[in-house]
Amino acid sequence: MLTKRIIPCLDVKDGRTVKGVRFEGLRDAGDPVALASRYAREGADELVFLDITATNQKRATLVALVRDVARELDIPFTVGGGIGTVRDVEALLLNGADKVSINSAALARPELIDELARRFGSQCIVVAADARYHEPDGWQIYTRAGTHNTGLDAVAWCREAADRGAGEILLTSMSNDGTKDGFALDITGAVSRAVSVPVVASGGAGSKQDFTHVFQQAHADAGLAASIFHFGEIGIRELKEHLRQDGIPVRL
Amino acid sequence: MEIAVIDYKGGNVQSVLFALDRLGVEATLTANHDAIRRADKILFPGEGEAASAMEELRAQGLDQLLPTLTQPFLGICLGMQLLGQHSEENNADLLGILPFDVVRFPASVDYKVPHMGWNTLQELRSPLFAGLREEDYVYFVHSYYAPVGDYTIAQAAYPMPFSAAVQHKNFYAVQFHTEKSGPVGTRILENFIRM
Repeated sequence: MLTKRIIPCLDVKDGRTVKGVRFEGLRDAGDPVALASRYAREGADELVFLDITATNQKRATLVALVRDVARELDIPFTVGGGIGTVRDVEALLLNGADKVSINSAALARPELIDELARRFGSQCIVVAADARYHEPDGWQIYTRAGTHNTGLDAVAWCREAADRGAGEILLTSMSNDGTKDGFALDITGAVSRAVSVPVVASGGAGSKQDFTHVFQQAHADAGLAASIFHFGEIGIRELKEHLRQDGIPVRL
Repeated sequence: MEIAVIDYKGGNVQSVLFALDRLGVEATLTANHDAIRRADKILFPGEGEAASAMEELRAQGLDQLLPTLTQPFLGICLGMQLLGQHSEENNADLLGILPFDVVRFPASVDYKVPHMGWNTLQELRSPLFAGLREEDYVYFVHSYYAPVGDYTIAQAAYPMPFSAAVQHKNFYAVQFHTEKSGPVGTRILENFIRM
């Protein structure tokens, strides 16, 4: 039976993981390769690396990181953050990334999704969508690291992305992100019902029960989180054991 | 031992090369016919789209060479599908080494397409899976599949059973990514290398 996936997300800057990571037994918590290997051993199903570097050297650093991670890691990983061209994607895939996630570039020019899917196959093209809820418009898509409201309806944009060839939607609720009050079940469920490709839910995870809810009530195919894993608040194995007890298929 | 990894611009071969490297095995990425014929083992990984992959294989004459090979051969993902007769994906004629036709999964809210993630293996019947147990997990990413037949040496279900692995003579192939399937995938690669 296909299992629901648990995906830790690592923010990287200049080739190092950022945001404090409090792990015992990890000599250098800033080393993305060490952290990735640790998550893989603990049972993470995939990893996402989100590059938040803003410098001109960004591309070369990211490609080098991808190569280092791919050399060590025997589970799949996605790379995202500021990826804008066919050439960017090609360099990352050739160096061992399994999937790339695009966000602002796809919103600026949606045809990019078609081009990437045709060139590399849908299976490795993830469209990341950042959604925020406000009255009276409902869930709308934000771009440029969440600073700019596109005015696009979240469900409509996710459907367009899938129709254009995205193989997966990574849906982040900005309204829930950082709250630890749980995933946004309504918009996750709405997107999951609207598209035929897998949906990764992100933003708001604070407890094991939050993952149960997003899988049982919102048809999410995967749950992504960062700080609760980095700070050891929830261990991946204990989370998966909890999910299994709740009747959710997980890889243990 | 010489391992040839077939180079036909078929997607993420780097992960396969890294996986072999982790096993301490040297491999050469090549489309050279002599090098491929000479190799002790052949790996045929692939991702992406069937019709353009076949085009590239034909451009390099590999569509003629590959069916004549007699050493142990392992297709991975698209590299498995290409061994069949025909794919629904852009109506592609394939290498014709195995008798299956490749068809698309029907999508639904509970069964998204691509079939993406960790799924369990059943009905393991090949030395390729020595040391594995029924219900072990491996990582899949694909929208098309080969139905179950006499050639099937492992099954998975989504929701109906399909071929997770196939074999005909020296041609072995797996639909999942051995190089991304943790220790289970590593064991399968090891088993293949020892064949």
